[in-house]
Amino acid sequence: AMEGGPSARIREGDCAVLKRDEVFKAVSVLRRRKIIFEKQWFYLDNAIGHIYGTTFEVTTGGNLQPKQEMEETTTETKEAGTDNRNIVDDGKSQKLTHDDIKALKDKGIKGQEIVQQLIENSTTFRDKTEFAQDKYIKKKKKKYEAVITIVKPSTRILSTMYYAREPGKINHLRYDTLAQMLTLGNIHAGNKMIVMETCAGLVLGAVMERMGGYGSIIQMYPGGGPVRAATSCFGFPKPFFDNLHEFPLSKVQSLLSGTFTTETLPADPEDNALLEEESNGLTEEKQSSLQETEEEPTTEAAMEIGPTEEQDTMDINAENVEFKENKEKENKENVREKQIKQWERRKKLIEAAALLREKNADGLIVASKFHPTPLLLCLLDFVAPSRPFVVYCQYKEPLLECYTKLRERGGVINLKLSETWLRNYQVLPDRSHPKLTMSGGGGYLLSGITVVLDKGKSDSSNSEALKMEEPSSKRCKLQDLPC
Amino acid sequence: MSFVEYGDTIKDGDTAIVFLGHESMFPVKVQHGTVTQTKYGVIRHSTDLIGKKYGSKVTCSKGGWVFILHPTPELWTMNLPHRTQILYSTDISIITMMLELKPGSIVCESGTGSGSLSHALIRTVAPTGHLYTVEFHQQRAEKAREEFREHGVEHLVTVTNQDVCKNGFGVSNVADAVFLDIPSPWEAIGHAKSALKAEGGRICSFSPCIEQVQRTCLAMEEYGFTEINTLEILLRVYNVRTISLQIPDLGKAAEDNSSTGFDSSNPSDQGSPCANLQQGTVQFKSGVPLREVVGHTGYLTFATKS
Repeated sequence: AMEGGPSARIREGDCAVLKRDEVFKAVSVLRRRKIIFEKQWFYLDNAIGHIYGTTFEVTTGGNLQPKQEMEETTTETKEAGTDNRNIVDDGKSQKLTHDDIKALKDKGIKGQEIVQQLIENSTTFRDKTEFAQDKYIKKKKKKYEAVITIVKPSTRILSTMYYAREPGKINHLRYDTLAQMLTLGNIHAGNKMIVMETCAGLVLGAVMERMGGYGSIIQMYPGGGPVRAATSCFGFPKPFFDNLHEFPLSKVQSLLSGTFTTETLPADPEDNALLEEESNGLTEEKQSSLQETEEEPTTEAAMEIGPTEEQDTMDINAENVEFKENKEKENKENVREKQIKQWERRKKLIEAAALLREKNADGLIVASKFHPTPLLLCLLDFVAPSRPFVVYCQYKEPLLECYTKLRERGGVINLKLSETWLRNYQVLPDRSHPKLTMSGGGGYLLSGITVVLDKGKSDSSNSEALKMEEPSSKRCKLQDLPC
Repeated sequence: MSFVEYGDTIKDGDTAIVFLGHESMFPVKVQHGTVTQTKYGVIRHSTDLIGKKYGSKVTCSKGGWVFILHPTPELWTMNLPHRTQILYSTDISIITMMLELKPGSIVCESGTGSGSLSHALIRTVAPTGHLYTVEFHQQRAEKAREEFREHGVEHLVTVTNQDVCKNGFGVSNVADAVFLDIPSPWEAIGHAKSALKAEGGRICSFSPCIEQVQRTCLAMEEYGFTEINTLEILLRVYNVRTISLQIPDLGKAAEDNSSTGFDSSNPSDQGSPCANLQQGTVQFKSGVPLREVVGHTGYLTFATKS
């Protein structure tokens, strides 16, 4: 297996995730690249070679240093009060001023020492209860003892990060809902999956992780091309992408009705005259539509810009007269490259179409901003019988309609509309309770299993539908009608 | 067929799922010459099952029909014979993701119980991973081995009959993840740590009672685990129903025959409430929660060994 060994160490070029308490940020591991994270500036150079999961401190100069295992010195029985009846919060209990603390920081005093100073200079500390003292120390440590853990990206890490930082990019798909999709969909090595998502490629990445590079995936996409920003963060080895295909939604109807064709595939990629025109037109089109579909970078980007994007900016800006001659040669090369790329793109499109036409996919996953009904009704036709499908929607109502339309269509059983309720806990001796805040909603799922579609007999699909419904209680007969 | 690989047609020796209708199904061992009784009549394996495509409709002797489904760990969880209380797919889903399981992962589990989680774990780590599962009850351990064999996954799993709290998982420094569902998980944390790889791994403990969780968290901290986090997850299912609500008779404002407040001559833009004044009802679609739902299964505590 590819686990452990070299892949467990931080390498240059990796996509790594910085973690401090519950805050995550994905970054590219590059030398001499300044990183800002949680109000700290540092370079990742010293982290390279360490094992993922290592915790670092930021030292002077912005360098990372592995945190030493420190013996907890706070186990001595300290003076403490019994309750807060006499503690008045007048904001004057801390004798150190902002300037004092700044002076300590500037001197290079370690966070641990600053916390100790704050405790000693707090007039109310010894009156607090032990629990309150504990809480106070934790709070100060969080602020002044800045430790960063570098973790390896995974579905767990990335789905949590995206939900916390940029839920809008993933249609507010909460990580436990994603977890349900992967299991309900029986995503595993060897499957032939159809994935349709507009979640920045997070769902695609999660599916790829659970397939381990085995099997194949056809990603359906709207517009000019699929967005795979999150997918690249998983750090999958190149072979994982060999069996990842993509197919445009705009061609689905033609594929289903049998009228699908690509533009005439050139027999020879060296046929310059014909292709030059076409390719220029197409690549421009594709570039502009890619820009449209690509999500706008937010000011608080979850991802830092990688090296390839930088290169593009550089190319556009290279308007130096000296290079004009070389540029002409370059242009000819570029055109040829583009022709080859275009030819390859067409080839892949035909491959993807062929895979879909077999109508034997092992499952369907949908998680997008679009209304789910038209997607389901079309894409289910590509799925083999006795296979699961899962549709995610941020809202419940579209799934009610989807459910109804699927019943009318037939060929599906075990339809279930659900959501998961998730609660985190604080577990401490004598202080265990659910946490104060929780997510109000994580989206909804509609899942089911395909069966052989009985076309033609509208009778039987009706009785099928009736069979699939639970018997409504007699008392409610007047109000409830099966859909 | 196998629980880790899809097949298209039903074969002799397969475990298939017979689907009768809403949430009514059961597993069946496909065998030449056997018959299975259902409320719709008899299913003859040799003629009705073997060679048929999974997902086919099969008509039974009395005329009613059923669907034959390919087994999955999720369907197995809903239909397996219980020897103990089991974990359901809702918990299994979050466990799988939070333990970062994938093809090639090595997982340790105790107790095996009825094998509900085991099947799901095996499916996820296949084809290159492995499950080491420990069960202290001898008959349960044997039954689990038997089932894994029947389901074509025995090469992916090792069942050990011992007490994990005393003797651990039988392996050391190999696991990417460890899962505990035992009465006293704090007694197995040390063994869990040694089963996990030196460079790190994930652990999960499932306990119904908060007191167990408290002791387990303490033990995890003592053994140097980090990122300790406890959560619970519950499934909420909605029934899709068309509801009709009666419009109350509020009388007339004046002596004329104009309709009361609710104007039915103006169909709603949204299309959802559709008034039917002749019957005095409004219809709409709703996702109705079930009357009784599962309110608690157990607390899940996750942590990292680094």
